Amino acid sequence: MLGPEKIKELTTQVFALSKADQTEVLVTASERALTRFANSYIHQNVAETNAEVRVRVVYGKKIGVASTNDLSPEGLKRAADTARVIAMLQPDNPDFTSLPSPAPIQNVETYVERTANFSPDQRAHAVSVLCKKAKARGVVAAGAFTTASFEVAVANSLGVFAYHPGSLAEMNTVMMTDNGSGYAARAHADARQINAEAIADEAISKALKARNPTDLEAGEYTVLLEEYAVVDVLNFLDWLSFSAQAVQEDRSFMKGKLGEKVMSENVTIWDDGAAGDAIALPFDYEGVPRQRVTLIEKGIARGIVYDTATAAKDGVASTGHSLPAPNSDGPSAMHLFMAPGETKKSEMLKGVERGVWVTRFWYTRVVHPLQVLITGMTRDGTFLIENGEITRPVKNFRFTTSYLAALNHVRAISQETKLFHEDWSNASRSVPAILVDGFQFTGVTQF
Amino acid sequence: MKDFAARALNQAQMKGATYADIRIVTRTTQHIAVKNGIVEALEQNESQGFGVRVIANGAWGFAASARVDMREIERVVAQAVAIARASALTKTRDVNLGARIEAHGRFETPVARDPFLVPMQEKIGVLMKADAEMRRVPGIKVARGEMEFQREDKTFASSEGSFITQSIIESGCGIVAMASNLESGEIQVRSHPNSGGRNQVTRGYEFITECRMPENAQRIAEEAVALLSAAQCPSLDAATIILDGSQVALQVHESCGHPIELDRVLGTEAAFAGTSFLTPEKLGNFRYGSDVINITADATIPGGLGTFGFDDEGVAAQKTDIIKNGLFVGYMTSRESAQELKLGHSNGTMRADGWNRIPLIRMTNVSLLPGTWNADDLITSTDDGIWMETNRSWSIDDKRLNFQFGTEMAWEIKSGKKTRMLKNATYTGITPQFWGACDAVANENSWIVWGTPNCGKGQPPQVAHTGHGASPARFRGIRVGVIK
Repeated sequence: MLGPEKIKELTTQVFALSKADQTEVLVTASERALTRFANSYIHQNVAETNAEVRVRVVYGKKIGVASTNDLSPEGLKRAADTARVIAMLQPDNPDFTSLPSPAPIQNVETYVERTANFSPDQRAHAVSVLCKKAKARGVVAAGAFTTASFEVAVANSLGVFAYHPGSLAEMNTVMMTDNGSGYAARAHADARQINAEAIADEAISKALKARNPTDLEAGEYTVLLEEYAVVDVLNFLDWLSFSAQAVQEDRSFMKGKLGEKVMSENVTIWDDGAAGDAIALPFDYEGVPRQRVTLIEKGIARGIVYDTATAAKDGVASTGHSLPAPNSDGPSAMHLFMAPGETKKSEMLKGVERGVWVTRFWYTRVVHPLQVLITGMTRDGTFLIENGEITRPVKNFRFTTSYLAALNHVRAISQETKLFHEDWSNASRSVPAILVDGFQFTGVTQF
Repeated sequence: MKDFAARALNQAQMKGATYADIRIVTRTTQHIAVKNGIVEALEQNESQGFGVRVIANGAWGFAASARVDMREIERVVAQAVAIARASALTKTRDVNLGARIEAHGRFETPVARDPFLVPMQEKIGVLMKADAEMRRVPGIKVARGEMEFQREDKTFASSEGSFITQSIIESGCGIVAMASNLESGEIQVRSHPNSGGRNQVTRGYEFITECRMPENAQRIAEEAVALLSAAQCPSLDAATIILDGSQVALQVHESCGHPIELDRVLGTEAAFAGTSFLTPEKLGNFRYGSDVINITADATIPGGLGTFGFDDEGVAAQKTDIIKNGLFVGYMTSRESAQELKLGHSNGTMRADGWNRIPLIRMTNVSLLPGTWNADDLITSTDDGIWMETNRSWSIDDKRLNFQFGTEMAWEIKSGKKTRMLKNATYTGITPQFWGACDAVANENSWIVWGTPNCGKGQPPQVAHTGHGASPARFRGIRVGVIK
């Protein structure tokens, strides 16, 4: 950990080097370790220490960005000089208004010392719990256990200084038999909250139930989507629909729909980067405090998320959802929550006459962005439901269905929720399981 | 760097490592993005560091740091060895790398124009010109263009005596025109020279010039607008389809490149990327495709995005037969996995995404070799079919069997001619059945090595840059269109 004082020192050095009208410094630092296992033993086991300084300079309406992980005075000077040269070479950006001004930021405690200090031996022992349980039950274990500490700080020449330390522990596993598999995963800021035994039991139990899958025709089914599948639905809504940039470019179904019903009445979704029960980051990558934004309230479209650039276009204030500059992707709802329902998952199952239980989705891709039409596969535990009970495992389906339409046919939502951390985007999600009518499976694979 | 590497390797052995290697990497990237007449992003990033990989107590450990100084070596090496000893807690056997490899050499990407020396104004000018050409077409909502350049300088040294340096330069570019009609709920895009933002190669700025983005800008913009009112691609259970070279390249990447990664086959990617239907007993006796299908993994193709001198285990770049006349004959391997299948030696496909990641088996240039057909003859000899061009969506299951792809644009073919434009085309199938249904591959005149700069794999995630030579190809009896 660099700590706030060292980071302040770095940002002060950059400000001294920069002659720009406005200067922003984003510092990200992490200590990250990951123990990976397959065939019921540890086969990859890694750790890294990194810190990056990203400099954005503004000359009038010319902007340049450079980054480095060389934190020496020479490295910082090189980054500041490169940013300046880049800025001076480019034409004005007429859409640019200003870097943000300081605003109060809520302090959220998500740094857990014992997670940051988790040792290779501690990770190996946790993994060995899964491997031993797998061997005892005749299945094969694969997965990964990550522990990390990280710091994010943003400072700008208008007086912004925001600093947040955090930690992350995340374990996931796929347990496999010869012809079936099961999945389980958990994430938390505190590594002690990761219960390896419970994760192993959940995945092993599912893998054993998934043995010898049988054919089931593709078609329209009621589906019980476990939390692992629902998180994918929220990921695509973030990417395709909830960003002001997507709305401004006519790529989002939310365009012109605020105040209108767009989903089932039992669906409420919001974004809250300062929530203590997420992998929180209470400010965005421009140093703007993250607002709690209600996106869908009882099925009605209520809001979208902004960074300073998209907010300026709409004449509103940023909601604190910027990604690091320079950002072609627009703002992102990185901390999504879907409201839980009142039904236990087991009760939701009882209400299904004939349907399909889906553990998770895999390799999902956009077919049509406005419709949120997505194709992908099911994976690691797909079962036929008949008369309120799981009756047999079935081969995995390909689906091509609108996630928006699915959220318009939500019959029930579970009391239980799970917290996820997305490695690729650094986003966190808290979601329940949902029961959806009219889900389109369009193909079947061979396993 | 020699002293730095030697110190790390010596420290590792002193601490009990039976094998160690070190990679010291500096990566510089430059990214330029233009959208609707504005330079939206202009950035240069540099990332440097070193990673030490060791075997201790018969198990792997790896640690990496951005602080490339002598004082950091001891901490990082000690961490790597401690991690290896922790790994040994669950080991079932000792890691076996096979015969010792001692390699020495230097590889540099040949470039005519170093992209980092080309004036920024020239690059921005090309993108702005293409952007203006696209926006001149009525109906275009968003015009985007980008360039990406990367230089990676890396040193590899191992306790077996290897010492290798490489400088690899990449250049990539692309433009995209988007048209939308909210009333009809339609949104259409066209890209050039490839989708996903850009095409990329290991060459210099000369590649950017050859892509002729300003000259193609108006065409793709007009096609995007025309697609808004084009007919919906029909849903057919068994159609003849002809794929353009870029779509064939992605088909090869997803349905051949990934399932031949031996780490997937052996289960070590099971939790994330998945496994493979090409299980070991199929090697040498499984019909993967029709007789016209010949696929190689070749890290020596000039300019390919998967081209290098040595992989990240210090194994020299090679060309390996994968599919020969339709028969499955080869995997991509590492030193360790080659021993597990008793294949003798690695064919050099271990690649790491920077200094802070371990090498994994990654595609090099996995290519469908040219066939015998003139590209035009594929169409003129087709009575009833669909031409599909430029990827729009892609998805495949975790054993790489069931896939579905969508393309930006399609054309109905009747009596050997393209008759009308079709939108929202998709096709789906099962890998060996699909390649078995290929009856014609176009010849070398239309064979291009495409680049895929966004291939994800591993935990923690890694992005690989892979190449795929391909020309247009025809497939019979394919299921088309699931959008109603």
